[in-house]
Amino acid sequence: MSAPEGRGWAAEVNGAQAVITLSGNWIARKTGLDTDAAPRILATGARAFTFNTANLGHWDSALIAFLLALRDAAHIGGATVDEAGLPAPACRLLSLASGTIPAQEQQKTIALPVRVGLWAISVTTETFEIATLVGSSCLRSAAAIRGRSAMRGGDLLNCINDAGVAALPIVTVVNVLVGGILAFVGAVQLRRFGADIYVASLVGIAVVREMAALMTAIIMSGRTGGAYAATIATMQGGEEIDALRAVGIPVFDYLVLPRILALTGVMPILYLYGCAVGIFGGFVVAVATLNLTPMSFIEEVGSAVSGSQFGLGLAKSLTFGALIAMASCRVGLRAGRSAADVGQAATSAVVTSVVGVIALDAVFAICANALGL
Amino acid sequence: MIEIDGLSVGFGDVIVQKDISFKVEAGSIFAIMGGSGCGKSTLLKAMIGLLRPSAGTIHVGSENYWAASDERRAEIGRGFGVLFQSGALWSAMTVAENVALPMRMQTSLDDLSIAELVNIKLLLVGLGGAGDVMPNQLSGGMRKRAGLARALALDPDILFFDEPSAGLDPIAAERLDDMIRELRDGFGTTVVLVSHELPSLFEICDDGIFLDSETRTAIAHGAPRFLRDECDHPTVHAFMHRLRLPDDPKLTGDAHGGR
Repeated sequence: MSAPEGRGWAAEVNGAQAVITLSGNWIARKTGLDTDAAPRILATGARAFTFNTANLGHWDSALIAFLLALRDAAHIGGATVDEAGLPAPACRLLSLASGTIPAQEQQKTIALPVRVGLWAISVTTETFEIATLVGSSCLRSAAAIRGRSAMRGGDLLNCINDAGVAALPIVTVVNVLVGGILAFVGAVQLRRFGADIYVASLVGIAVVREMAALMTAIIMSGRTGGAYAATIATMQGGEEIDALRAVGIPVFDYLVLPRILALTGVMPILYLYGCAVGIFGGFVVAVATLNLTPMSFIEEVGSAVSGSQFGLGLAKSLTFGALIAMASCRVGLRAGRSAADVGQAATSAVVTSVVGVIALDAVFAICANALGL
Repeated sequence: MIEIDGLSVGFGDVIVQKDISFKVEAGSIFAIMGGSGCGKSTLLKAMIGLLRPSAGTIHVGSENYWAASDERRAEIGRGFGVLFQSGALWSAMTVAENVALPMRMQTSLDDLSIAELVNIKLLLVGLGGAGDVMPNQLSGGMRKRAGLARALALDPDILFFDEPSAGLDPIAAERLDDMIRELRDGFGTTVVLVSHELPSLFEICDDGIFLDSETRTAIAHGAPRFLRDECDHPTVHAFMHRLRLPDDPKLTGDAHGGR
């Protein structure tokens, strides 16, 4: 017996009887599938099929696919297939593949009013959950300060290190550049009026009031917020959070509280640091490109920036820190359990934080304006 | 089919197993046995190309697997199907997409053929109709079977299983055992499995090797049933009969130390 190269089949029809001769090698990845063979065989009009496999070579799922398709088509067409002529292993696979098919869940369509209702419920629960989160953050923080929480000091220090010390290089780079850019932008306009000196007050006020707090918060959203969400989501996926609950460790105190306290505590310090390096960036650009002496720049900044502006910046940075930490931890805790969910959680944490920070900044701007600050 | 000669595996300076030699016959079900942490999975990693052995050779067919070029090794690896311990399904894809991906990436089959083959693989593992489900919606046993369908995607010559019945209830484990045997009988696939589940081992394996964590090498060869009945090495005997080793201080201490 010499097996020909590629797969082949031929149907010898004799009235209602047909003998299907299978030949050659039926290897799926080499010869592909003959997906329309079954209807063609049925179209011959035969209603009882037997097989001749004398010239059949090697075979794999390609043959099984052919036989299954034929069996299904024959079943629908009321024809019979006698599997006796097939190789015994192929018969075993055919019987394995005919096992029960688990019932598939029907996709339900949801009516519009129901959808609106579900949406309303989810918005309400969301609001409640956020309020609960803010409330329990305050309560548990107070408990932690009195030393009455499950939070461990070491964890808090680690979080402070990750969110604060480790973030210094990037906070420096971004704030110096922003200060420098402000000086450049101001210089272009102010030089026309010979008001070079006001570049100093522009840089000072813009950095202290807005840019230091905002830029630092955006950096922390991407850097720390994303990391919080990803870490907690990964723990969720590995059942680590279930394990914490099972041994009775309060998840909020243990995982969320140190992160919220660390970021909220570190942000004002990073803000002050950002102010210093931002003004320094503006200083370098102004002194290098404008007709300004270093002393006059420093004096002008000193007279332009008031304590209330620092107060506003500090309040902003505190709020931003708390917002980023709470939003990220919440996203992490609500994440699903798969790898894709971790990515989604990190993305959603960064987006929520950045949008939240900018929206809050707008609220601050309106309030400051109303208060005449 | 696979011939392993003087193989040592380890991480850096740590040798996990050394001087292992055995032969897996084509079409057989071969067991790599041994207690937890003895290096079974590490040996499996060397066999499927995830960890370069520190010494010795692995021949797949007539080819020296680790001496081959990276491309050639990947080529040989296309004849392998691997079922990882927890199924290792790609969580961002449906079950059907999981099974289809190897075919999409490694063959030039058209979409219709791939869809049909995916359907067949799922039918073979008893998951017909579950193709649109996401992996996280499956139970442990179903996840394993979906992983098996994916391992079958390219019609492999050799199937590797890492702890196939770990985490399954006895009935699901039994069902998976039957499936492994049926698929071997049907496709004539060679099967290598790492396991310490005694019932599965006795039930389906034709041949095997027993790795010892103490001496860090193979201490017995043969079918699990044969080792159970005939082998008088104390460790193997204890393992096969679920006994405590008489001279193990930790275990004997434990026997009296209950509260």
